[in-house]
Parts: sequence; C-alpha cells; structure tokens
Amino acid sequence: MEIVCPAGTPAALRAAVKAGAHTIYCGFNDETNARNFPGLNFDRAEMREGVRFAHDMGSKVLIAINTFPRAGAEHIWHNAVSDAAEAGADAVILADPGLLAYAAQNHPALRRHLSVQAAAANADVINYYAKCFDVKRVVLPRVLSIPEIAAINAETEVETEVFVFGGLCVMAEGRCSLSSFVTGLSPNMNGVCSPASHVDYHEDNDALSVRLGGYTIHRAEKGEPAPYPTLCKGCFTSADKKGYLFEDPVSLNAEQLIPQLKKAGVTALKIEGRQRSRSYVAQVVRNFRAAVDALEAGQPMPEGMLAQLSEGQAGTTGAYRKIWR
Amino acid sequence: MHQESVVIPIFPKGPSRVLGLLPLAPASWTLTRFSRQIAKRHPSLFRRLGEHAHARFVLDPTDLPLVMCLEPNGGVPRVSLLRGQCQGDARIAGPLAALLGLVHGAYDGDALFFSRDLVIEGDTAAVLALRNAIDDAELDLAAELGAMSGPLRQPVQRLIALGEKTTGVALSRHEEEYAR
Repeated sequence: MEIVCPAGTPAALRAAVKAGAHTIYCGFNDETNARNFPGLNFDRAEMREGVRFAHDMGSKVLIAINTFPRAGAEHIWHNAVSDAAEAGADAVILADPGLLAYAAQNHPALRRHLSVQAAAANADVINYYAKCFDVKRVVLPRVLSIPEIAAINAETEVETEVFVFGGLCVMAEGRCSLSSFVTGLSPNMNGVCSPASHVDYHEDNDALSVRLGGYTIHRAEKGEPAPYPTLCKGCFTSADKKGYLFEDPVSLNAEQLIPQLKKAGVTALKIEGRQRSRSYVAQVVRNFRAAVDALEAGQPMPEGMLAQLSEGQAGTTGAYRKIWR
Repeated sequence: MHQESVVIPIFPKGPSRVLGLLPLAPASWTLTRFSRQIAKRHPSLFRRLGEHAHARFVLDPTDLPLVMCLEPNGGVPRVSLLRGQCQGDARIAGPLAALLGLVHGAYDGDALFFSRDLVIEGDTAAVLALRNAIDDAELDLAAELGAMSGPLRQPVQRLIALGEKTTGVALSRHEEEYAR
C-alpha cells in the first residue's frame, strides 16, 4: 500500500522522503490549497526543487489545488494547475468540477485525483468524476465505515485513498461553513479553516481559553489538553449541560485497521497534517511505513508510538468503526 | 482515551541561576550578532515570515530568569535579553528545552501546545509564521555558533556537547537518517 504524506514546507518534504514516504502531497503558498496558513507552503521555485528532490529519491509528489475558484479569479487556480504540470508533479488533487475540466482539457497527461473536499462518498459520483474528467484516484471522505469502502471499491475502477492519521473534519467536507460563519473566511474558498489571524488564546488562573472571531469556543482547565481553535471542536454550555456540540477534539489513528483497509481494496493511506512540523512528519511517516512494510511481509502490525502527536492528545478510529454517541 | 505527553527536560536550577547573572547588554549584543549571522545564512527564514517580519516576539523560557525579545526587523534582526516582563506582539513560553527543541526539529510544536508544555499569547498568526519559518530553516544553533567562533570552533563545539549532555537540552540538530 502507498503511504501519502503531508508536507507544509520544503524541509517537511525532505523529512518525509527521508523517513520513507512513497508519496508526498503539498500546495502552493496561496489560496489555491486548503492549508493557506502563515509561513506554510511552497513558492514556485521551492515546488520545482521539492519535486526534483523527491523524484531523485524515488518518491512521488501530488500538488493539492483543492479550494474552489472564486468567480472572476479563476486564472489563479488555472495558473496553479499549469505550474504544477511544469514543476513535474505526479498528480494534482482537485475538488472543483470546473477546475477538473480545465486540467483535463489543458493538461491531459497530468494525473488527476479527486480531493476529499469534493465529498464523493458513493460509487456513482466517483464514476461520474472518472467518466467526465478521467479522475484516477479519489480521496474518500472521513464518514465511511470499512464495509462501505469495500462496497465502493467493488463498483469502481478508480483508486481509493483514505485518511489513516491526523485531524478530523466534520462530515461533509468541502461544504462546511462553520469557519465562514464566525470569521468570514473558509477552507473551501480561502484555504483557511479558523484563520490564525482570528484565533486568540488567553491564559487566566491556569485556565486556557480560545476565542475565534471574538467568540469564546472552549476553555480548558489546568491539566486538560489545550483547546482546538475550530468551531467544530468547540465546547459549549447550555441549560447546565457542557459538551462538544459537533465533534470531540480527537485525532484519527487507524494504524491497526490497515490490514482491513487493504482487504477493502484501498490503494493509498493518507496522513493529515500539512500544518504540522517536520518532526511530526518524520515520526508519523516512519511509523506508518513500518506498519505497511510489516503487512507486506506478512508480519504482525507494530505497536504505534504516535499517541502524543494527536490533536487534543486523544485518538479515535473515526467512522471506520462506527460507535456514535 | 487520553495519551501520554512528551517529557521535556527542565533546565537545572544551578546553571539557571548562573545564567540569570549574565550582563544583559553584552549578552543582547552577542545574541543580535548571532541572529544576524543566521539571517545571512538563512534568508528564506525571514521571507517565510511574510507580513509578520516586523512583529515583536517575546520568547519566555519558563525555567530561566530571563526573557528574550526577538525583532526579525525584515531580515536585520535584533535580540534583547531582559529580566522580568517584556511587551511584544506575541509571547511563546515554555521550558528552554522545548523552545530549542522546536528550533532543532526535535519536537512538534502542535503536540507541545496541545499538551500545554508550550503557551502562546497575542498574535497567533505571527506565532504560526515564526514556528513554520523556523521549522523550515532546519537550523543547527551549535553549527551556527561554531561557524562564528573562528579558531575557537573546536572548543566551542566541545562546550556545547557538554552543555547538551548535562542539561538534556537539544543544543544542536540531529540529522534525520534515510529509511531506505
């Protein structure tokens, strides 16, 4: 199975390659990718150099251009696709049908993957994207159980890629408006979920509060993990009840499910975290590479060491094993 | 299911007290010179800061009686060492080992933040830009210090290695090994 690893910076890309990543995904330093955060991403020269480095070491590079083009500014996204082709990317990860059409018409040799942002969660829609835009791979949304993934693979020739580690999003990815609601900016259009410019942490008597767009969305007492700055993981009190309204602040870790995912016909395992450090990238990649190598060799899965890297310091197997509250 | 945090070494009290006696003006001058050499050798670090290249960062090693004020100043940085409080656009506080470990890629910033080994306050975007810029620069402060030590390079390197061993603080970058 192929391990697809995140890289927010050229240093993280090199760390992923050195740690044994088969494939790295990354983005340009603008609103064309869904991780448009301060100090992150690649300018055009860095992208060309990163692709060259990865190819020299036998790894592939996928470029995420997975936000939705703004009316009147489509050229920014078109240029990104053309620059990805020129940089020698092995594929582009796209979500918008118009951009997929542009890429298919203007760069037919550039492999197209369907981003999780497209929220394609059944075989009919995946086959539609394959028929219209010759999409070769789909990144499945994080709402499917393993039997559902197997059912999709039984009905499509398109390769499937699934998330196995990192932060979780609320259900219909690419359609979430929570960040827009509070800050006016969203991951879908601007590439920023809970933009850092709208996030404010404040410590008072050992309690740590986080505000998003001026609204307090969580307060952690002493000894509790720091609160996550997205509305979907906010903790609210209503009628004397306190709880996480949308989802718990836990991180996906499906390391032990890799054999079942393989059996379900999954081609590639995706690690979330382009906003994380090169240290995170190296540790997670090394761990998952060891797991996949063990699986290929018919050996038992190694015990993970990734717990401390989880967002919120807590892990879950997500929808793969549906045990809803 | 909550998980174990990374254990961050705390700087020993004795050497911490000694560092607290440092004369501030010459120490600040030396640190400024050091940071300008880093700026010369790693210009992309300051490019990556973007619009935050003129922010004022307060770096607060919580196990030392000193705070550091870093002004990237668009690539001509200035560092001031102070005792007590310091005003800035953003404050990053944590054990010295955590702060230096982030520089050397030994720790993940988000993991330290979620475990509350690291505290950030003020302009979150500026903190994020600094964290990402430093992470990408792949700095090795021991190598940088060695490079500016001229003929004293060898003894300086030995001193750093001794400091690393006795305090548990990552004073140098440990190169990642290739997995294949």
